[in-house]
Amino acid sequence: MVRPDTYREVRAHLADLDDAALEDRFWKLSREVVEPLVELARTHTSPSIERSVLMRMGIDSPTCMAVVAECETRGLLGHGAGHVVLVAMREWGADAPAAAARLAAGEGWELAEAKWGAGR
Amino acid sequence: MSTSWREPLPPLDPNEKLDIGALLDGLEHYRPRRRGWTWRTPVPEQRIGEFTYHETSEPLMRSVSLPAAHYFGDIDPQPECVITTEIASGRPEDDVRRMRMAAWHGADHMMVIRTAGQSHIDGLLEGTPEGVGGIAITRKQLRFTRRALDLIEDEVGRPLNFHSYVSGVAGPEMAVLFAEEGVNGAHQDPQYNVLYRNINMYRSFVDAAVAKRIMAVAGILQIDGAHNANATAVKAYKVMPELLVQHAINTAYSEAVGMPAEQIALSTVPPDAAPAPCMRLDLPYAVALRDLFGAYKMRAQQNTRYMDSDTREATVAHVMNLVVSRLTSADIQSTITPDEGRNVPWHHNNIAAVETAKQSLVGMDGLREMVRVDRESPELAARVRELKERAVLFLEAMLADGGYFAGVEDAYFVDSGEYPETHDDGIARESGGGVAADSIVPRAGDYLAPVCHHFGDNHLELLARYLDDPSAAALLAEEGGPGEGGCVCEFMGGCTLCDDAKVPYIDELDPTDNAAARLTQTAELRERGLIKPEVEWTGDGVVVVQMFLPAPADVAEAAALELGRAMNLTDREVIHKRVMHPAEGTFCELKGRLDVAIDPATLVLPEPPDLLEDEEIREFVAEHEVRVVAATVGHDEHSVGMREIIDIKHGGLEKWGFGVTYLGTSVPIEKVLDAAVEHGASVVLISTIITHGEIHRIMMQKLADLAAEKGVRDRLLLISGGTQVTDELARSWGMDAGFGRKTTGLEVATFIVKQLRERGA
Repeated sequence: MVRPDTYREVRAHLADLDDAALEDRFWKLSREVVEPLVELARTHTSPSIERSVLMRMGIDSPTCMAVVAECETRGLLGHGAGHVVLVAMREWGADAPAAAARLAAGEGWELAEAKWGAGR
Repeated sequence: MSTSWREPLPPLDPNEKLDIGALLDGLEHYRPRRRGWTWRTPVPEQRIGEFTYHETSEPLMRSVSLPAAHYFGDIDPQPECVITTEIASGRPEDDVRRMRMAAWHGADHMMVIRTAGQSHIDGLLEGTPEGVGGIAITRKQLRFTRRALDLIEDEVGRPLNFHSYVSGVAGPEMAVLFAEEGVNGAHQDPQYNVLYRNINMYRSFVDAAVAKRIMAVAGILQIDGAHNANATAVKAYKVMPELLVQHAINTAYSEAVGMPAEQIALSTVPPDAAPAPCMRLDLPYAVALRDLFGAYKMRAQQNTRYMDSDTREATVAHVMNLVVSRLTSADIQSTITPDEGRNVPWHHNNIAAVETAKQSLVGMDGLREMVRVDRESPELAARVRELKERAVLFLEAMLADGGYFAGVEDAYFVDSGEYPETHDDGIARESGGGVAADSIVPRAGDYLAPVCHHFGDNHLELLARYLDDPSAAALLAEEGGPGEGGCVCEFMGGCTLCDDAKVPYIDELDPTDNAAARLTQTAELRERGLIKPEVEWTGDGVVVVQMFLPAPADVAEAAALELGRAMNLTDREVIHKRVMHPAEGTFCELKGRLDVAIDPATLVLPEPPDLLEDEEIREFVAEHEVRVVAATVGHDEHSVGMREIIDIKHGGLEKWGFGVTYLGTSVPIEKVLDAAVEHGASVVLISTIITHGEIHRIMMQKLADLAAEKGVRDRLLLISGGTQVTDELARSWGMDAGFGRKTTGLEVATFIVKQLRERGA
């Protein structure tokens, strides 16, 4: 939309605010803008987020990539890739890097399937 | 085989180059020695040399001071704010060499630009592949660089902050990588992904929350991306209200996901440049920004929007930006290299930019106490208020139109109108489009990330099911577990952020595109110590030739390329030309490659002067009552050089007690010799200027001949000086010595004392 500079006309409701009140309004609106964004982030995850979880579990990047890609394919991302690795760790009595390496090699996905179904 | 284990490398020797091979060796064992950002330590009322400074920090142990510092006892005051240099050669092995040079000149924030395209890679890269316009950020590259920075910061005596980008599609992974590898600062702003990298907006914000939380935990200073709106906008002076909004969105979002205010820095640029009346336009913006964002840090960036190929113009623009910094505030003063308008920055231009910042900041030390922004100025006050109101109007409208995502779809951002004016030329992005669209997934009712400090819904209580330890299980089961912010990783045997030993390491994935392979190509230069010019990479051979050509610009450019061919330069390119006059001529800067390496063993270097101590000279002069007559001869009215050599206030001969009789300018040779005899002088100093008539030669020869005629030659030391005099020429014309440019009184005094001693005085 092309619009001329209507600043003088549309500022009327701000004219009576003192500087402090104007600044408060700026920040109140800014927080309002980000609120739904924070909510979206709180309730969603992504492949990169899940790889970052696996990284923190001590797993190297190619393995993170392989495990998360498989989780995506199988529709497991929403449960957490770390959760999937945890199930395998428990089953195999392995630490996270070892369990993830086996998952990356294609082993153990039946464990996830047993827990969460066949997925997509 | 690896030679270095967990032992740190030996300290750097300032006279030795960085040992790149040693830095690459044993990286699997290297661990960073700290996390988080370090500010400089301000020293109020600091006495440095003869001066008291109001805005400086602790001095460096080793540094290169400003060019004029030798007039001031070689002082090198360091401003109180951090100084950034942006380094992006594409090769880590060359980046660290430049970082070392920059650190010596006063940079303590090493910002590494990423290679083109890395922000679109959904995952991490490994190894040390070569980048384009930047570097491939990888674990090995970070580790190698941080290891070099450890040594360099010990060498200069000030902590160095290392910085890169937690943006792009793989933000959360980058954040973890940076935390693990001791990166101290990072750009993180999801708006940057959305607007400039066309990465899906949902993905960008969802990722950013997790990335920011990790950065917060690791103490990584965050810098936002608002300056890009300035750099991208059609009319940068129109985007000021939007810049305030962009800063606010990233700031509010960061705080909402757990980043403390002291870790949030705003990347702010004075939006304009001359010939616009830029200071009057930019100052109200800088004030409005600092009014609104007083709780956060200011990273003052320099203007790139209006940068051209003229390095002089860029430098002046940047100095004006620095005036804005000094009149308002800056916690970090960023620098842009003066050549960024024409090529990927070169070594010496990083240094030039850092020196511009240091010189300007130190020169304007305490200026704010005398020259203040006049908040009562009607124009300034009205404009500050107006900018804030326009930003509020922007936010109100965006909320009314459905919020941030709707606003981006509606091209609210980077419009060339000053809001509420719009020209409908902003950047529009589809919420369902962009790179990595449709890649976010709702967290299920049993979503679990078994790590600490994970942002968002996380059912840690479920962790109890997978643990054998009943007490741990009980603890987790309590009231929904230890909470998302708590350290749950202990139940899992630790995470990489809590237990450094868990961090994995991958070396190279590509056997040909890596640092070691590249180093073999330049091994001969290093092993034989050969000298080849370079601007970016070892042995790149790039040189620049400056030339004025008496021709119009287009003809001059073609001529410059031909001249480059005659100079045996390859890959010739005119990187800058400036019309001096449409017909009279053009200044050109020609870049080319010179495939020549010099073996220093073949070079003959002049002997460095062996200077006497002050006390030794003083004693000799006192004991022997050494007297000197001095004059400028020929038709030479220039006395500045001579006065430098003789006057006590310039550290000249009088300083050590020489009895100096200064006869004046354009003194006839006969008179000089008569005066020498009359005053019982043992030294005659004459100063000459090079002339087309060879007056300088004639004068020297005449002095020598006349002295011989009068039978006083053996009793006198005849010394000639002048900007173009050389010792060799002067001696060939009968003098005992000649001194050229930049000669000091001490050199002349040393020569006199040594000669008189030799002559048995």
